[in-house]
Amino acid sequence: MTQFDLVVVGGGPGGYVAAIRAAQLGLRTALVEKAQLGGICLNWGCIPTKALLRSADVLRLISEASRFGIKVAPPEPDLPAMVARSREVAAQLQRGVTHLMKKNGVTVLQGHAKLHGRGTLQITGANGASSVTAKHILLATGARARVLPGLEADGKSLWSYREALTPTAVPKHLVVIGGGAIGIEFASFYHALGAEVSVVEMAERILPVEDAEISAYVGDALRQQGIKLFTGCKLQSSKKLGNDWQLTLEGSRQETLTADVVLTAAGIVGNVEQLGLEGTGVRVEKTHIVTDAYGATGEPGVYAIGDVTGAPWLAHKASHEAIICIEQIAGLHPHPLDVSKIPACTYSHPQVASIGLTEVQAKAGGRQIRVGKFPFAANGKAIALGATGGFVKVVFDAASGELLGAHMAGDDVTEMIHGYAIARELEATEEDLMQTIFPHPTQSEAMHEAVLAAYGRALHI
Amino acid sequence: MAKLILMPEISANATSAVIKAWSKKEGDVVAINDCLAEIETDKALIEFCADEAGVLGTILAPIGKDIAVGVPIAVLYAGGESAATTDVTALLAAAGVVGNPGAVPAPADSSIVQALAPPVTAPTGRLFASPLARRLAREKGLDLAGLQGSGPHGRIVKRDVERAASAVTPVVTSVATPVVSPVVQPVVTDGTAAFHDVPHSSMRKTIARRLTESKASIPHFYLRADCRMDKLLALRKEINLAQEGGNGRKMSVNDFIVKAVAVALRALPEMNVSWTDAALRHYAQVDIAVAVSTDSGLITPVVRSADRKSLSAVSATITDLAARARSGKLAPDEYQGGSFTISNLGMFGVSEFSAIINPPQAAILAVGSTEQRAIVVDGALAVASMMSVTLSVDHRAIDGALAARWLAVLQRTIENPLSILI
Repeated sequence: MTQFDLVVVGGGPGGYVAAIRAAQLGLRTALVEKAQLGGICLNWGCIPTKALLRSADVLRLISEASRFGIKVAPPEPDLPAMVARSREVAAQLQRGVTHLMKKNGVTVLQGHAKLHGRGTLQITGANGASSVTAKHILLATGARARVLPGLEADGKSLWSYREALTPTAVPKHLVVIGGGAIGIEFASFYHALGAEVSVVEMAERILPVEDAEISAYVGDALRQQGIKLFTGCKLQSSKKLGNDWQLTLEGSRQETLTADVVLTAAGIVGNVEQLGLEGTGVRVEKTHIVTDAYGATGEPGVYAIGDVTGAPWLAHKASHEAIICIEQIAGLHPHPLDVSKIPACTYSHPQVASIGLTEVQAKAGGRQIRVGKFPFAANGKAIALGATGGFVKVVFDAASGELLGAHMAGDDVTEMIHGYAIARELEATEEDLMQTIFPHPTQSEAMHEAVLAAYGRALHI
Repeated sequence: MAKLILMPEISANATSAVIKAWSKKEGDVVAINDCLAEIETDKALIEFCADEAGVLGTILAPIGKDIAVGVPIAVLYAGGESAATTDVTALLAAAGVVGNPGAVPAPADSSIVQALAPPVTAPTGRLFASPLARRLAREKGLDLAGLQGSGPHGRIVKRDVERAASAVTPVVTSVATPVVSPVVQPVVTDGTAAFHDVPHSSMRKTIARRLTESKASIPHFYLRADCRMDKLLALRKEINLAQEGGNGRKMSVNDFIVKAVAVALRALPEMNVSWTDAALRHYAQVDIAVAVSTDSGLITPVVRSADRKSLSAVSATITDLAARARSGKLAPDEYQGGSFTISNLGMFGVSEFSAIINPPQAAILAVGSTEQRAIVVDGALAVASMMSVTLSVDHRAIDGALAARWLAVLQRTIENPLSILI
């Protein structure tokens, strides 16, 4: 039996980052992964979807070539090639993580890990069962899509995100259940490829965690492109008729949709099963492990981070929690994660990026706020690029000038939100943001103008 | 080379202590482990012993005043040195203490304690604070220079300002505040004073602070149970009879109760917890604090791993701890910690009472006297020895049903006391 200082269960962006940080701090570290290093993010989530969406962007741009003075024949999507590229991108990054583990001296154990008494993990792999002991055990087992009863993915007409990443054909009519980030990204992709797409969302608006104005703008943009949005609707019943599914909706609209493929992207559940948590002090609430601000569970020596500990289910949140948890174990006194400093991105067309409080949340405590907005239609670079859709919105605390939240929709906004993330982390006030020099001509100037607008000082509108 | 003797940190986290008496005079020879002074912390009287030999030089700190840990309290000369050869002012200056009156004994004035306190290092050069922290400090009228930064490289950030702002006592500016006239002590008719003030001991202050905090911040609830004691009393009699031939130790009813509580806590470990803001803390050991009344106030020495100790070991531990508690000779680790307290006022004839939780613990058991009461057994009146216990519980950590189940286990254990011996 091998003795480690730390064993991480799960090799996703939470687990492998934890392993690297622990190794940097001199802990004898092992990582157990039952599938592929890199986890969902790298293999079946963030990265391969971005590869596919890039193909959709190129396709869209070529379709619009005439706007830019270029004559081309109408482009044709080559779906198998797109999927192959997406898988190769994932494979390349997976090799990268394997290399990082080796470089940092992290022992990688392939198999399923289960708590087996204090400080011990039983690992069941292809070569049978073995045990490892560790002073600290970090659970970073992630989460998965919630399965809707009767709509369990079959890889043919019923998809989860996994099937949606490796299609063999473009559906004729795709119904996406769930209008959150994942649902909207797939809706965007399949619409770009020519599918008829409908999105069913229980909340009154798509992207319900985003600022209401952003949701409304993206909703309008998607509808204009031809995506049908059934918000305030719930699936009442589903039945298979021949090759198609008949989905009956209830709620704001009573409609029956016919689809050849149904993609479920509604809800996320934590991977808490078969970890040997029963009889330990680890508490599970609503499929997620309960921890303190540093990842400690109710069981001494057992920690949890990332998706398995709950929302927001974001890779960068998991990685950040990993650092905090490991540094706490190493006695470095890190500060707990502040959820209002975690940016979130949706790679639909248009893209969405945000951080901090929405306007409604900021007002909720009776706080006086200042809101500024600036449209990309008034930004020189955006006009030059032909990317005038969308806007930037910022929310300040009126009294202190603290940037409470920032919300953006439009081209490339996911590459710009970090500017506001830095501002929040460094506790910049409106004054500092106003004094910051943004380069011209860039789309980021809209970020500056939105701040100016909050104080009635916007220059270009 | 002469050295400064500093106020020691006698118990963990103690920030100050009081010198009760010096055991050596200026000029006395000091050997290693000689007692230099008796020092009172918030809960005990400790003998402060020398860890270096020499001659006790100038005594710097007054008796009876609260002195911060780390403040110089005396000078220790090495062999051959004396007041004539030693520049105390220079020694103090080297230790970072400025403006000290030097060789003269420190006056009995708390201001000297402040003067002696380690100086706050003056900020040099740029003060690192986030823009938001600067603005919040300006709005709240706080001086950033006095704040400790918790950001990267000690940068002062929003949370530091907010923490400092909430710690500042709001200044009452109301004009309606009545003007307090200088205190004129009323005099009773025979010319003697109507009252006299006895300054609080550190122990009294600690009791006041902790219990006020407990009652104000912990949502208490109370459960009462009556335990039939006949079997336990009979068992005790038998054991004590058997003991007479041996070492003569007699078990008290309280010893049995401490042991029964330990058994019940082991049976329902969910009760062996305490509330913290971030998490519910589960204790691995059953450490039971027993309230002991002393001349200067209440102290709660702890019987460690009471569930694993035999009844006689528990009894011996309590006797020893109580005796040393009354003479103020407990070491801090003997009265700190513990996850549950037992307070027994039965010997005073109190039939029942409700106790205040001893934070950070989550429960305390108040034990009343054992008395003969009329009870109904199988529909008929009977006389039985009964004892009432009241459990006070922190509702944040423990819900009613759990506490009730635990109390039932305790009652069953007390009423079937053989299980205590196993």
